[in-house]
Amino acid sequence: MREPPLPPLLDARQRAGLGIFLAAALILVPALHLVFPPGHVLHVSTYTVTLLGKIMCYAIVAVAMDLIWGYGGILSLGHGLFFALGGYAFGMYLMRQIGRDGSYRSELPDFMVFLDWKDLPWYWAGSEHFLWAAALSIAAPALAAFVFGYFAFRSRIKGVYFSIITQALTYAAMLLFFRNETGFGGNNGFTDFKRVLGYPITSPETRLALFGVTAGALALSFLFVRWLVNSKYGRVLTAIRDAESRAMFIGYDPLWFKLFAWTVSATLCGVAGALYVPQVGIINPSEMSVANSIEIAVWVAVGGRGTLIGPIAGAFAVNLAKSWFTVSFPEYWLFFLGLLFIVVTLRLPRGLAGLWRAPRRKDAPPEAEP
Amino acid sequence: MMPVADFYSSSLKVPMLKSLLAVSSFVCALAAHAAPDAALVRRLADADSGVKVAAIRELARTPGPDVLRLLEAMSEGRLALAGGAVLIVDGGSAFDAATGAAVKAPENAEAVTVNNRIRGELGNALAALGLFDPDPAVRLASARKLQGKAAAGMEAVLSSALARESDPRIKDLLALTRAQAHLSSADPAVRRAAVRALSGSSSPAVRGLLLPLTGKDGEADARVRQAAISAVKSIDGRLALTENLGRAFSGLSLGSILLLGALGLAVIYGVMGVINMAHGELLMIGAYSAYAMQTVFRNHFPEAIDWYLPAAIPLAFFSAAATGALMERTVIRWLYGRALETLLATWGLSLILIQAARALFGAQNVEVANPGWMSGGVEILPNLLLPWNRVIIIGFALCVLLLMWALMNRTRLGMFVRAVTQNRAMAGCVGVPTARVDTLAFALGAGVAGLGGLALSQISNVGPDMGQSYIVDAFMVVVLGGVGQLAGAVWAALGLGVVTKLLEGWSGAVIAKIVVLAFIIVFIQKRPQGLFALKGRFAD
Repeated sequence: MREPPLPPLLDARQRAGLGIFLAAALILVPALHLVFPPGHVLHVSTYTVTLLGKIMCYAIVAVAMDLIWGYGGILSLGHGLFFALGGYAFGMYLMRQIGRDGSYRSELPDFMVFLDWKDLPWYWAGSEHFLWAAALSIAAPALAAFVFGYFAFRSRIKGVYFSIITQALTYAAMLLFFRNETGFGGNNGFTDFKRVLGYPITSPETRLALFGVTAGALALSFLFVRWLVNSKYGRVLTAIRDAESRAMFIGYDPLWFKLFAWTVSATLCGVAGALYVPQVGIINPSEMSVANSIEIAVWVAVGGRGTLIGPIAGAFAVNLAKSWFTVSFPEYWLFFLGLLFIVVTLRLPRGLAGLWRAPRRKDAPPEAEP
Repeated sequence: MMPVADFYSSSLKVPMLKSLLAVSSFVCALAAHAAPDAALVRRLADADSGVKVAAIRELARTPGPDVLRLLEAMSEGRLALAGGAVLIVDGGSAFDAATGAAVKAPENAEAVTVNNRIRGELGNALAALGLFDPDPAVRLASARKLQGKAAAGMEAVLSSALARESDPRIKDLLALTRAQAHLSSADPAVRRAAVRALSGSSSPAVRGLLLPLTGKDGEADARVRQAAISAVKSIDGRLALTENLGRAFSGLSLGSILLLGALGLAVIYGVMGVINMAHGELLMIGAYSAYAMQTVFRNHFPEAIDWYLPAAIPLAFFSAAATGALMERTVIRWLYGRALETLLATWGLSLILIQAARALFGAQNVEVANPGWMSGGVEILPNLLLPWNRVIIIGFALCVLLLMWALMNRTRLGMFVRAVTQNRAMAGCVGVPTARVDTLAFALGAGVAGLGGLALSQISNVGPDMGQSYIVDAFMVVVLGGVGQLAGAVWAALGLGVVTKLLEGWSGAVIAKIVVLAFIIVFIQKRPQGLFALKGRFAD
């Protein structure tokens, strides 16, 4: 039997869009930030660069979430865990880069001196090497996701059961990281970074370099996930999402299809976390809080599940709204976010992307609910 | 030394003495005892503390109203020495301490010095005398007071008290105390027998008494040391047991709160297949109902403040149920068949409710006081005190559970709810009004959560975020217990509560949570549908 041809990775319009995005992120923003002095109309402030960089990290997480929820039909309420694991793994390297410039002038990170520890714990071994930390920020979330996913998918836990177990997972991890004895700085986490790869972390050049790397990572994640969901693998994954029993009877084992998507998704989150920490300058256990993980789901829901552009747009829209609200009307942010959850699920099941496409599909039958 | 007047006023604050004073007149009315030996009484006023102590001990061996009055007077600093005679000074009048005859208050009377050592000795002696009081409550209090500090020389008093005692509880206590007194005996065989007798105790005070005997410095005889070591070990074992019993009990009370939260969650999940993420906020509404009712009572019925809690029960139930019904009608109804999106929508509702609570009551925790009848506790074993508020919460959860069971199994609504849980389409076909059942079931689940919040307000902080910390545990109860049956939720809630608390004692709260979660993940490998899965065909 001949397989139907796969669609092209990007059509002409999408290629143009990607080009514009990369040009803006790699050339326009750096130029505006460096060339124009602060106060100039065209100057892009440090605050804006950091904010956009942070939101691009969130957008990577949104793409990862869309892979597992939009295409796999698995709603994770624990993706904050994988994000934070990546962040902590890279944060270990940043803590070691502080060297003797901490407030205790010790080789050990300040919080360990404070706890009166004499040596680094074993899992900090090698964290002074950039490559090891980078590898760890990918491997740690991937391993955690693989082990948890294997047991969860093997016993065919799905739907809301799976969601609330992932929620409990990130909650338990948050409690664990809050402990000082865990060796990750307890309540305060990691902060006061000085250098990355030897460059001062707050200098404009370092900031812009991190910004560019994040933009590249976002573009690559988008392309990779798009390639993945358009491939035969992606089609089987979607089939399992829509009718798991039927796909199983045809002969596909859902375990490995789901597990692969789940692990890839967690890995992308880890990458996003590793890029987030040097830009924001802090990582602490509250990144693993239950509320943070659910917020990821709302970015994807606002943007539109099952499209890859949608979640990226959703991450930008919701987070820009958040930073505007928390400055202007902090007491109304939760009302707005709560309403957003309700309105999007009630009125916009396909999100902003659905709104965009709705006129063209007016006469089409309503899509089956994943 | 403390001034005489000062000591007099402070000693009256001791309740033991008060009760002794109250009964001493009663004791006086009994058959007259022989008056205390005059030479002995004279020694009470001796300049040397050692002589005084010996005299007090000697006097305590012959219990009687005169001795009681004498020692009380001494402990209150009313004993005076005038011209070789010991006098009890009472206001303006004075009595001869030995004969009780009234004498003229002398000008040059010198108060008998009572230092801390003497005061302790007097306390013991008075407690020993209290052992012969006709009131069992006074005897019990005296025996308790002596426990852990009985000194040598009191064996005789304790033995005679033991012989006269009829109350078994006091008897046990006295036997223990006598063994303690024997510990300082000069004869190693007596000490060893005492150690053996004490090994049956479960009091930390006795353990503290035996501990020095386990070392070479405290005890010269090797066999006594050996006996002391094994006695301490067995007391430790018993102490650990009561500690674990206490933990299991607080686990039960945690479990009953979890149960109240999870019951509603399980009913809602069973009927509609949705997980209500705003369930924790329904708990919060119940807790704030208690706060609101407390405020109303404080402002309008301050004399009946102790009864605000029963009055808050209907308020908690109906305010949470109304919120639940409103949520169902406005949001959840429109999302049937879209369980994952309902999860998100109810999360949105929970954010709105949290922020609304902040706007109404402030972001800080509010203070909800235990009513008077819920404070204190019942002591069922030494060192095992069950606080009343937790006992009442367990009873309350039991009542709610019974009502819920009756509602589900004995009423028409319950039958409808069970029918929709089993097969919605078929129930609809035979005429069950499924839409109305949904609303009612949701309101019922929400109301039970409100009652859970009411109970929670008595043992934890009440604040806008309080629901969030319980909700993950309540979800785990539903996952563990399965849906559709009350039994699953009950066993899962109590089991989780008790296991969590026992683990907490052993490894700390965080590790306990993680271990419990790992256990749940392993458990659902074996039983993906929970403890009590519905039997029958499932299609998806």
